[in-house]
Amino acid sequence: MSAPPFIVVGGGQAGLQVCDSLRKLGYDGQLVLFAEEPVLPYQRPPLSKKYLGGELAAERLLFRPASHYEKLDIDVRLGVTVTTIDRTRREIECSDGSRLAYARLALATGTRVRQLGCPGAEHPAVLYVRTLADSDALRARLADAQRLVVVGGGFIGLEVAAMARQLGKDVIVLEALERLMARAVSAGISDYYAALHRGHGVDVRLATAVDAIEPAANGVSVLTSHGDRLPADVVVAGIGVVANEEIAAAAGLECRNGIVVDDHARTSDPLIVAAGDCTMHMNGYLGREIRLESVQNAVDQARVAAAAMCDRPERYVQVPWFWSDQYDVKLQIAGIGMPFDECVQRGDVGAGSFSMFYFRGGALCGADSVNRAADHMACRRLLAQGTMITPAEVADEGVDLMQRARG
Amino acid sequence: MPKVIYRQPDGSENAVEVPAGWSLMEAAIQNDVDGIVAECGGGCACATCHVYVDDAFLERLPPISDMEGDMLECTAAERRPGSRLSCQIKMSDTLDGLVVTIPDRQT
Repeated sequence: MSAPPFIVVGGGQAGLQVCDSLRKLGYDGQLVLFAEEPVLPYQRPPLSKKYLGGELAAERLLFRPASHYEKLDIDVRLGVTVTTIDRTRREIECSDGSRLAYARLALATGTRVRQLGCPGAEHPAVLYVRTLADSDALRARLADAQRLVVVGGGFIGLEVAAMARQLGKDVIVLEALERLMARAVSAGISDYYAALHRGHGVDVRLATAVDAIEPAANGVSVLTSHGDRLPADVVVAGIGVVANEEIAAAAGLECRNGIVVDDHARTSDPLIVAAGDCTMHMNGYLGREIRLESVQNAVDQARVAAAAMCDRPERYVQVPWFWSDQYDVKLQIAGIGMPFDECVQRGDVGAGSFSMFYFRGGALCGADSVNRAADHMACRRLLAQGTMITPAEVADEGVDLMQRARG
Repeated sequence: MPKVIYRQPDGSENAVEVPAGWSLMEAAIQNDVDGIVAECGGGCACATCHVYVDDAFLERLPPISDMEGDMLECTAAERRPGSRLSCQIKMSDTLDGLVVTIPDRQT
């Protein structure tokens, strides 16, 4: 009898990358990929950007064509949810009742959106953006809508707001905190983006929470914490995500705001790894535990997870990076800049091309770059190498950062 | 439909028909051409869809934007005169027969 397959749970970017990396590492046994959604693995970032704007057809979102899975002999089970992990019998159980034994198991279960908790939040005019189906539903609804209220001034909310403005909609953004994207960027960047959106005609309201959503004759009314009543045809909530850790927790794997893994992507069970948005992982680069929601983490951690499955462990030490497109402005984030001791600016805010570099304990720890890819890429390299550089050097545009990174 | 030839570092080639308006990166991905990683999916944010465009076609390409130029400074394989990010080149009839070589690494 042949050995049981390697099973990958989760059809997102991390799940696919685990499969691809396993084949690249020479694993030639049976490989099964379970994807909850009824489509082959696809890119999520455009769902709140170009795809939402109608610039891309769904088929152009696929990471790879169907032939790729045949070529790599990946047995893809679409539309099937893994409901239980039986670690004693080394089996999984699926939503269709089937059971399958595994030799090794990779969990790339991702996240789901955090739902609005206020009264009336279950109204059908309240939408979220996580899946292709979500984005399709929002796009369809926006077609007949004029008034959009976005709840949450984070990346998803702001990207949706930008796209809706470009489609000519009236847009209000409500952010509960004092500034936009507060968890990820410094005040300088937040202020720039508030001005950017206002300049494009978005009504940005900071320090404003949602108290309730009430049905109205035409759509809904959004009641704010300041007592305002905002009429809307559509409400989009982008208030964060929750790790899909339930099957891991139920199987007795340690979970703490994510499936806990070490810097080799290994859970407490030697036969089970996890990768991507769903992990609370020991980040070898940062030297601490973190949960990251990004393409970079999905791809790089998945490669590490595949290596562990092949008993060729590698450490996860890659520098985190991230990007967001809003209007014609690209924000690129290198490292984890928050919290910082010192922040220096490079470039010209007025010209819309600048970076904020962050230092912690005297060392560079990250940078946010606005339409300034060279700074971003240089920062990634400086961080990866641990190159010592001073705030004064970074602030001096006469210093070629890439040159410094190259040594 | 215009055709693109993707040449691997080992000299093997894939000829692919590309709908007008698609990027060279997308056409590579959707035809499962090896060696184009495209981590960011075409956002000009990762520099992992680097290609070397054959000299004969360089002049027919759209100019390199500031953003692309900056990213090309940071590719894993060396930048050469024909270096471009394949996500930034949209296919058109004037590019029919385009030949690009894929570098030996993207990350």
